[in-house]
Amino acid sequence: MKLTLKIWRQGGKYKGEFVNYELPDVNPDMSFLEMLDVLNEQLISRREDPVSFEHDCREGICGTCSMVIDGRPHGPMKGTTTCQVHMRHYNDGETIVIEPFRAMAFPVVKDLVVDRSAFDRIIQSGGYVSVNTGQAQDANAIPIEKTIASEAFDAATCIGCGACVAACPNASAMLFTSAKVSHLALLPQGQVERKRRVLNMIAQMDKEGFGQCSNVKACEAECPKEISVSNIARLNREYISASLTADVK
Amino acid sequence: MAINSDSNLNSKIPAGDMSEKWTNYKGSVPLVSPNNKRRIDIIIVGSGLAGASAAASLGELGYNVKVFTFHDSPRRAHSIAAQGGINAAKNYRNDGDSVYRLFYDTIKGGDYRAREGNVHRLAEVSTSIIDQCVAQGVPFAREYGGLLDNRSFGGTQVSRTFYARGQTGQQLLIGAYQALSRQISLGTVKLYNRHEMLDVVTVDGQCRGIIARNLLNGELERHSAHAVVLCTGGYGNVFYLSTNAMMCNVTAAWRAHRRGAYFANPCYTQIHPTCIPVSGEYQSKLTLMSESLRNDGRCWVPKNEADCGKHPNDIPEQDRDYYLERRYPAFGNLVPRDIASRAAKQVCDEGRGVGSTRLAVYLDFADAIKRDGQAAISARYGNLFEMYEKITGEDPNKQPMRIYPAVHYTMGGLWVDYELMTNIPGLYACGEANFSDHGANRLGASALMQGLADGYFVLPYTIGSYLSKEIRTGAISTDSPEFEAAEKSVRDNIQRLYAANGKQSVESFHRRLGKIMWDKCGMGRTAEGLTQAIAEIQALREEFWSDVFLPGTADEFNPELEKALRVADFIELGQLMCEDALHRNESCGGHFREEYQTEDGEADRDDENFMYVAAWEWKGENQKAELHKEALNYEVVKVQKRSYK
Repeated sequence: MKLTLKIWRQGGKYKGEFVNYELPDVNPDMSFLEMLDVLNEQLISRREDPVSFEHDCREGICGTCSMVIDGRPHGPMKGTTTCQVHMRHYNDGETIVIEPFRAMAFPVVKDLVVDRSAFDRIIQSGGYVSVNTGQAQDANAIPIEKTIASEAFDAATCIGCGACVAACPNASAMLFTSAKVSHLALLPQGQVERKRRVLNMIAQMDKEGFGQCSNVKACEAECPKEISVSNIARLNREYISASLTADVK
Repeated sequence: MAINSDSNLNSKIPAGDMSEKWTNYKGSVPLVSPNNKRRIDIIIVGSGLAGASAAASLGELGYNVKVFTFHDSPRRAHSIAAQGGINAAKNYRNDGDSVYRLFYDTIKGGDYRAREGNVHRLAEVSTSIIDQCVAQGVPFAREYGGLLDNRSFGGTQVSRTFYARGQTGQQLLIGAYQALSRQISLGTVKLYNRHEMLDVVTVDGQCRGIIARNLLNGELERHSAHAVVLCTGGYGNVFYLSTNAMMCNVTAAWRAHRRGAYFANPCYTQIHPTCIPVSGEYQSKLTLMSESLRNDGRCWVPKNEADCGKHPNDIPEQDRDYYLERRYPAFGNLVPRDIASRAAKQVCDEGRGVGSTRLAVYLDFADAIKRDGQAAISARYGNLFEMYEKITGEDPNKQPMRIYPAVHYTMGGLWVDYELMTNIPGLYACGEANFSDHGANRLGASALMQGLADGYFVLPYTIGSYLSKEIRTGAISTDSPEFEAAEKSVRDNIQRLYAANGKQSVESFHRRLGKIMWDKCGMGRTAEGLTQAIAEIQALREEFWSDVFLPGTADEFNPELEKALRVADFIELGQLMCEDALHRNESCGGHFREEYQTEDGEADRDDENFMYVAAWEWKGENQKAELHKEALNYEVVKVQKRSYK
């Protein structure tokens, strides 16, 4: 099928603009990123600058791929990363608009590549259990109710891609932050640092320039791992409770 | 024993009983005191399971650690894609498991081509890994009583695999990443993301640092350290199509090899039996379906070639050949990976493959769904089934999956001794980047185990043996002529790529290399094919350096340049793999030479002549690498023919 790609170019000779590219022969079994590979091969053969985009595992788990496709982070399909979108979902003659994730806290590196290291700094501010190597007791010494473990797991499946931020009109990182806070707050291992963790992570989130949550829930709709906004509710409870009761600020 | 080890390959296996070696070693290894640790710098390259766990653990100990990753974040490393699980000899199932059995299964699974001492240590520390990960908050699967669940995996008769849905690698990596993040926040570890190591620097024979390229602006940076640890993964992408992530590469290990580190057993490649088959020329990578599926899925092809084009549900039971259950009744569908892969290739070679390319076999869940119910199967494999459906448009609940083997893991890697140090003093290799624990074939759920064993529980002890002699060295200057020369050689290499100013893209060379490797150094290898492959790769290499085209410049964000540097190294590695495969006149594990097979098509090992580690020394471009042998001596396990019948 024949497609037109309208792609945001930024960096090098481009100050920041959409550029149109025609792809005359797209195979419906291709993945979205394989289609961009084909485009880049064509650009390189014409000695033009290929489109920079991030990708790695192409299995939907590493969280490296990003981009906003026709206005939606990771494209049109629910619970799916860009790398798992296949061209059989598009029609001959369509125009597809491709942009980077846009947020103040995610500056553009080049074209569709953005800097998401703010997420790493949020985790560094408290998204862990302080247990040195060798300090652990026997694994079965900590029984955890299956439903609780499963709920923690649902939160822990976050791949740190940043789609929640890109989807949010406020560019808020609440879904990302709440997923980590929930994962650890639900588990017995996370109890000791529970209050300190949520206070520090929220402080870091604000410092990075992410916006506030205004309950739009676009984050949940676009999250490729379908992380629930109930985690944000939990984050709010955890935050209020910690603010009122924590000894450590 | 006819084989003698080269005198320059000292594996440093401690003396004493197998089960006492590691304990004795830990009790006698020299220590570095806390006030001295502060004065010692360690560079870790790579932030996957091995790298992140090593960096976190060494940071906790008080060393100054620098971590380098080419990713935007340390959480992206390819360890994250491991699905199935992690082995540990916990014996929580009361099914007769023990450290010895895990050790034995790993040695046997590796087709008697791994070092006993290393493998026993791996089995010993496996139990601590699970403890550590649970303490970090890794959400392993649990039973209703709240305790940990296990499942079985290929090549074993016990259930010792801990898992976290189909995302075990992700959860373990995030655990290690969180431990690493904590050390970064405490200031013991400094993170260099979007930095790629392009050379190691040696001074008077010792490793003293690296040259890294800042991928955002192309600047070459010098970083010094008292020890450098490469945790840079495997080289399966030499085949172009593999289950590895797109950016996995051999460059760090290969650059170390060119500086004198021996590369061991490069030909040992694991072809994973359960991957989604190739669908077209545009294909950029292959997707693995976890081996855990073989717990409940049954592999079959039609008995008759004439049925191969039919819909699988229209082929009656009596016309199906459940070839693994037929050939290997004791292990059935749970035979190790190399055996399952080869069996799939054999039935396809016989013309009984299925799907449009006829290069696929069925993996059928109908019986399991009938036996355990739809809900139980969905709970076990739901996300894998969804992934399969997204890619192929077919629902495995309604018709069998189509699968075919694909390159997945490389057992070969940098030669290391018991302390995980390469033959260059001060240069270490951990995880998939080294060669040490899996012999000629790795068992499922053992890669995660080895990566974390090396990083959490082995290296933090063994590195002290070397660093205890470094406490008087002081800070290492990067202004030395050696750093100067290493930086210049990286710069020259990049300039040489641009100077070609040719017509062909990097990708096109990579694809051609991959085809040569898959056709001639893949699942079945012959002396004739390998000889041809070597000539073809040499020609490809010349063509690459004279006709490659690189867009952009070296001093900007430029993924094509990154790729070009990696492909250049893959081409050289590809040749060494073929030479290693050609010299090894036997079949063992992931290395199958068609000339060496038994009458019923099983691998025909030659212990008398080949029970050694082949460690290759770089002799210069266009020079043949020199072979060094490390004899493998089995003190405990009785070497026998590997049988899963």
